[in-house]
Amino acid sequence: MSGLDWLSDFLARLGAEQVIVAQDALALAPAIRLALAAEHWATAARVAADMGLRHAGLWADCLDDSALAAEDRAIRVQACLEHAGDYLVLETQVPMLRPVLASQAAFYPGVDRLERHAHDLTGLELTGQPDGRRWTRHQAWPEDSFPLRSAFPLAGEPVGRTPADADYPFGRVQGAGVYEIPVGPVHAGIIEPGHFRFHAMGEDVLQLEERLGYVHKGIEKLAVGRDPAGLARLAGRVSGDATVAHAWAACQAMERATGCVVPPRALALRGLMAERERVANHLADIGAVCNDVGFAFAHVQCGRLRELWQRRSQAVFGHRLMMDALVPGGVAADVCERVAEELLQDQAQLKSEIAPIFDVVADHPSLDDRLMTTGVLSESDARQLGCTGYVGKASGLSFDVRRDSPYAPYEGLAMDGATLPEGDVAARVRVRMAEVRNSLGWMDRLLKALPEGPVRTDLPEAEAGALGLGIIEGWRGEILSVVRFGADGRIARYFPRDPSWFTWPALERLIQGNIVPDFPVCNKSVNGAYSGQDL
Amino acid sequence: MLSAWLIALLQALLCAALAPLLVGWLRKVKARLQNRRGASVLQPYADLRKLLFKETRVAHTASPLFRIAPYIVFVATWLASATVPLVALDLPTAQIADIIVLVGLLALARFFLALAGMDVGTAFGGMGASREMMISALAEPALLMAVFTLAMTAHSTSLVSVMQHHLADGFLLRPSYLFAFGALILVAVAECGRIPVDNPSTHLELTMIHEAMVLEYTGRHLALMEWAAQLKLLLYGVLVVNVFFPWGLAGDFGPVALGLGLVAVVLKLGVLAVVLAVGETVLAKMRLFRVPAFLNLALLLGLLGLLSHVILEVGT
Repeated sequence: MSGLDWLSDFLARLGAEQVIVAQDALALAPAIRLALAAEHWATAARVAADMGLRHAGLWADCLDDSALAAEDRAIRVQACLEHAGDYLVLETQVPMLRPVLASQAAFYPGVDRLERHAHDLTGLELTGQPDGRRWTRHQAWPEDSFPLRSAFPLAGEPVGRTPADADYPFGRVQGAGVYEIPVGPVHAGIIEPGHFRFHAMGEDVLQLEERLGYVHKGIEKLAVGRDPAGLARLAGRVSGDATVAHAWAACQAMERATGCVVPPRALALRGLMAERERVANHLADIGAVCNDVGFAFAHVQCGRLRELWQRRSQAVFGHRLMMDALVPGGVAADVCERVAEELLQDQAQLKSEIAPIFDVVADHPSLDDRLMTTGVLSESDARQLGCTGYVGKASGLSFDVRRDSPYAPYEGLAMDGATLPEGDVAARVRVRMAEVRNSLGWMDRLLKALPEGPVRTDLPEAEAGALGLGIIEGWRGEILSVVRFGADGRIARYFPRDPSWFTWPALERLIQGNIVPDFPVCNKSVNGAYSGQDL
Repeated sequence: MLSAWLIALLQALLCAALAPLLVGWLRKVKARLQNRRGASVLQPYADLRKLLFKETRVAHTASPLFRIAPYIVFVATWLASATVPLVALDLPTAQIADIIVLVGLLALARFFLALAGMDVGTAFGGMGASREMMISALAEPALLMAVFTLAMTAHSTSLVSVMQHHLADGFLLRPSYLFAFGALILVAVAECGRIPVDNPSTHLELTMIHEAMVLEYTGRHLALMEWAAQLKLLLYGVLVVNVFFPWGLAGDFGPVALGLGLVAVVLKLGVLAVVLAVGETVLAKMRLFRVPAFLNLALLLGLLGLLSHVILEVGT
């Protein structure tokens, strides 16, 4: 396994630190699982950070079935690392009676909020955590109860109206002339809720702090006890604009956990839908970035093209966003030859219509003046936080699951012009334009050679405790989805890790040194998912 | 004399009545340029009517200033617009108020607008007020430079004299007028909060200038603030078209002359709005700190106008 040279290096370095690991290549394939003792958790992160591995997320799983004795109950914590397209899952367990584990956030600042989220939902105590404040928990449940434990009722403990989380301790900047600007959670536009706390001096932003969690829906708890079809539906609702990608990631995780072989035609159609979703969202965002700097022309044109595109999705897949079009084992509906022909025509039409619009957006002096050098995310910041998708690509990180860890049906996908070094708003817009063009080209080839055969197969019965890891390149970047089956073939744990976990902190960094009125366009160019992050 | 005052009053009413139409027309042209159908040109009237009849809420941190500011802003802007000859030239209002009074009335309106923005104590209002003050501090000198250029040519600061002088001279391409024209256009764009300086149709609180100051207003207060903004746009529009292209203005108060005057000014404003709409469609909004450079250009143009008048035109 030449591609995993870095793994043997990693193991050797761990060995030098007296860390004993148990390696398992099957349970979470294609990722390799490394089980290690809890006391080595931080050491492993330090070694990984020294080697430059990317941290792809961390999550906790309560193994506290009521049949188990109290001292046998545990919290299992997993962390995913990636390098050169190969994935590694670190795993450890801490007893539920004393769920204490060292934090990895000191070495990987991007996982800070994932750790706080894990604490709020499972009660995992993280020592050495640089930021001990609550994250996902506002005031909807008390500090000492943890929704993901089995003792917590599935229906929650409704207390009526949730009190405002008024005493959240924001970080402070003090000095003469420094003032705070609280923005949100309710905004003037039709966007999701989130609070932004600026510290500014004049118009210069000194510090931005985000407070998210306003759309916490309890996705992880709602998943418990669902059947696979139910989980696919739920996953499609993690974030509405990425419904295909999240549903695919969840289905892929379940299919890997059960050893299901999905028919090639179904995979091709999933790829088609995922790319349609990417094109629709990129079109909307390119227009919206222009609108945020008062260039409404591009907004209106992109909005029109996206609307036509989504109406076609509605006609072909039954939903504008293609919600519930993916099911475990395949897809819900087939595409007949006539429809495939229509889709090809659509794509040719879109290609010819975006050409002049993208030319304007890419080369308009008035726009360039606003977008270039605005909101620069340095490559080192992007790397440190683990940004993927267009945010990473615009800062020089070319990683793309479709190319570096390819899954069917992706092959021969062009990545022309999709990585840029500048890291500014203009680069993020350009990367999206390149991705739209590349996706359209790839979809053309896919539709001309659609594999024959069925579009779905039955998902085999899952073994108790079966684990699956889904890794999909959604339109925002790499989505991880973790599924554990319970004893009855139903879902015991589901965690979707949206790329926004890492791009939201990136926004806090890239806004520094910019002026307050440039925040909206910076925010739109990153466009993190509120819902996908709040869960 | 009585009829002159009557016509002056009618003209002031006409200003208030036409102002929403100008905005409606501007929006319509912009929509067509973006390949949209757009709302009816009468939509601003419907919006004003809706706001006037809606319940008016006031923040509990507001002082009495917050309640009276809309009336002061509206009246000051309206008075200012009444001093500019719209349809007929020789009006008594124009005789008692010259360009300096007009600038002063606009400054009064802006002063209260900015105070009202800060009154409630929200971050957005204060931000909008500080930005507005930054812009107006730069726009006002440029406006005065442009105005002085015209005044020196006509040897009077009265707008009527300036227009009469221009009419009597016939169409003469004076370099000083060209510079003053450029300066006035740039100032008008900045003062009326149009792209590329401010975006009147944005929903992004953090980027707003004028809208940020009126963010806390509702109901009839908001209606007056909006109406005042529309009047200001009309005022600057009339200033541009009637000072630099005064042809068509009624010299006497006969019905034919007045009718022709009305048609002429509506046509001229319509064309000006199309030009503005094209500009707003092809340009993105500037970064906030580019605005000073933009207004310095206006000031420079005004100065060049003055200089070229002194060097080239005095004595000829």
